Amino acid sequence: MMRHQDLHPSVDEVVALHGGDATRLVQILRDLQEGQGWLAPPVVTELARKLGLSRARVEGVAAFYSFLHLEPVGQYRVLFSDNITDRMQGSEALLAYLSEKLWVEKGKVSEDGLLSIDTTSCTGLCDQGPGLLVNGWAIPRIDQERLDQIAQLILARQPIAQWPDELFRIEDNIRRQDTLLGHGLQPGEAIRAAIARAESNQGDRPVSERSWREGIPAATPGPAATLEEIKRSNLRGRGGAGFGTGLKWEACRNAPGETHYVVCNADEGEPGTFKDRVLLTRHADLVFEGMTVCAYILGGGRTTTHGFLYLRGEYRYLLEPLNECLARRRRDGLLGADICGRTGFDFDIEIHVGAGAYVCGEESALIESLEGKRGIPRNRPPYPVTHGYLGQPTVVNNVETFCAAALVAKEGGDWYRAQGTAKSAGTKLLSVSGDCERPGIYEYPFGVTVRQVLEDCGARHTQAVQVSGPSGTLIDASEFDRRIAFEDLPTAGAFMVFDETRDMFDVVRNFVHFFAHESCGFCTPCRVGTAMMRNVVDKIHAGRGAQHDVEEICRLQKVMHLAAHCGLGHTACNPMRDVMQRFRPAIQRRLKSLDFEPAFDLDGALAVARQMTGRDDAKAHL
Amino acid sequence: MNMDVRPSFLLDGEEIPFEPGQTVIQAALTAGHYIPHLCYHPEFVPHGSCKLCTVKANGRPAAACTLPAQAGLEVESETEELNDLRRTLVQMLFAEGNHFCPACEKSGNCVLQALGYDLGVMTAGFRHFFLDRPVDASHPDILLDFNRCVLCKLCVRASEEVDGKGVFSLAGRGISRRLIVSAESGRLADTDIAVTDKAVEVCPVGVIIRKHIGFQTPIGRRRYDVRPISAQALEDAPRKPEARHG
Repeated sequence: MMRHQDLHPSVDEVVALHGGDATRLVQILRDLQEGQGWLAPPVVTELARKLGLSRARVEGVAAFYSFLHLEPVGQYRVLFSDNITDRMQGSEALLAYLSEKLWVEKGKVSEDGLLSIDTTSCTGLCDQGPGLLVNGWAIPRIDQERLDQIAQLILARQPIAQWPDELFRIEDNIRRQDTLLGHGLQPGEAIRAAIARAESNQGDRPVSERSWREGIPAATPGPAATLEEIKRSNLRGRGGAGFGTGLKWEACRNAPGETHYVVCNADEGEPGTFKDRVLLTRHADLVFEGMTVCAYILGGGRTTTHGFLYLRGEYRYLLEPLNECLARRRRDGLLGADICGRTGFDFDIEIHVGAGAYVCGEESALIESLEGKRGIPRNRPPYPVTHGYLGQPTVVNNVETFCAAALVAKEGGDWYRAQGTAKSAGTKLLSVSGDCERPGIYEYPFGVTVRQVLEDCGARHTQAVQVSGPSGTLIDASEFDRRIAFEDLPTAGAFMVFDETRDMFDVVRNFVHFFAHESCGFCTPCRVGTAMMRNVVDKIHAGRGAQHDVEEICRLQKVMHLAAHCGLGHTACNPMRDVMQRFRPAIQRRLKSLDFEPAFDLDGALAVARQMTGRDDAKAHL
Repeated sequence: MNMDVRPSFLLDGEEIPFEPGQTVIQAALTAGHYIPHLCYHPEFVPHGSCKLCTVKANGRPAAACTLPAQAGLEVESETEELNDLRRTLVQMLFAEGNHFCPACEKSGNCVLQALGYDLGVMTAGFRHFFLDRPVDASHPDILLDFNRCVLCKLCVRASEEVDGKGVFSLAGRGISRRLIVSAESGRLADTDIAVTDKAVEVCPVGVIIRKHIGFQTPIGRRRYDVRPISAQALEDAPRKPEARHG
């Protein structure tokens, strides 16, 4: 495995590597930091000058992303994944263990500058957690033994490249496969099927009813023939929103532009979701195949096309294998110029790596990040299908959507929509984690009940399931006959199981903190609202909650739901809403019976004075 | 142009004509109808971040400053629900920053304060964050008091688009989002800002303050002391002469 970090490229070298292109700013900052550890002030100044940007602009971008550092950091940066599933697997105690062992406080850099320890949002290793990142490299299955090993490597100042590969081995844990994971497609098969369909002018169906009725001979259907199959398949976006894939591609195809862009959203940041990690590990060819089919449909020899895959920073370790896959496809004539021997079918894909920002999973924020900016969701309309990357028509789809589209291109729309339910065609990958015997990836036709999934994964005494992560729906045992489908429980893939021993308030508090950490801060309702929500929930957690605080939560929910700028702000209230509806006692039993209880704790405020004077006697307390 | 064929939409039941390309707030202000707003400024491309101008268009909430005007759209703005939302947003902004109106040079000229008065915000409503935001007094002619920043980005936009300088930018995320200046030292004195810059003039609150002219106009005779912001905003709006004093 490649974990090179010993290169220390200069600003000049990195800028040259990226052709001095300011739209590649996030990638440039990543590369600079990967060599130098952090982005020192003179580096930022020099970079801004080289790229012709204001210094504040460059600093503003760097300060947006969690994984970019404008302050000195440790030579080794250990980040514990802080999803609720990691906590359930003991991450908090393990963090404390390592902190004590290496004598460094959470959130601080050790005196000798050797290391820092902190937490980060879900790293997508929930089925083999707790997970952590060391200098951006993912390590699963953390326990004391592995921490001892890591501590030793750090103290020996062993370069990460020389750490044993075993530490970084990540399992796929595929527990159930259906038509997607079980596909037998060879690289290039779906593309060739699309080309063959385009060229067969003896199709079963005329191009349109009108041409048939009016006796106009069916013209060569061209790439639109496969678009028709995508539309027939009823494939809907797998990122959670469920927009019709065929409609999206058609709108983009019809939008005028010099270049049409195909963007694969592999910024899988929703806590509890890790199915894209497995698809990119096991089925990268299928992902790129789906993107290439999309480019064929969008471009069709009329305009140029270009592709991006936006890989979340936590999956940095997948970058080299994915680039190798792209290189192989270029060699095999499946990418680059004249794909599959078709003159004028030119398409290539480059990978951009994110830098720790959940909001970049929102498609317009992702495009902003691709353009080298802070990941702030855009004002819409216009939508990306007409004005996306650099203002050009752009399709943004989830990893799983492109995989499914490749299957449709090969097998046809009718075959695809025969699976699943009437409104939710096909299959869905679920990332199952939490209190169950067999966490991992489960692929089901849409319409499967929650109960079935719980049975298959070996969950017992289940109290609740968080479907589709914190931004999704939390359901209780009375709802386990509900179905995974757009018409009932839509999901991007997360399926976190909580048994009866779990305190649902702890669960929801973790989610509320997540949203406060990940809010981009653009709009007032979400920026201030998520932070206020966090403060209220912490107040209740500290045993100082009262009815007044519950009312404040309701008030904040209303504001965020009505006025937030994007989906993050709208859904940030979901966890609290669901817990208040379904697990009210989890909150009520923590409240003081008063109507109002101040947040300020007079005795607590003296703690610093007690620590400074070394006193803890009765007179040092109120 | 024949007035009869101009496209229009309904704002609280009244017909508002618009030019293609205008957003709802632009058309409304031109026609002499006020929708409360903070980060929107007639001279700049709408930003859509403060959400004070949230309206309901055909029943769906949207920011009026970025919502394209469309023929036949039915827009609600002056409703109890929406004004309640706006009051809450003003309270949230007051709670986020450190605002002490009585001691602020901007008092009476401050859009946030004026909105508070005009919308009838009577209480704090939320616990304050008391964020630590040091003042930058390094520049001889300009004071930066970040405590009062509402992150409207107007100075960023003005410095980039009008002054051609890029003195300001926003950094950070969530509640840590903050205004920064373009200098390695982080000090305004080390930027190329000039006191005559549009960026200095455009701040709607008391972040960017010109030194040496403090309290030249006494409190009581300032912009929003004279008339409430709902009337002043219409006075300032780019309007056709026939729509004035309507």
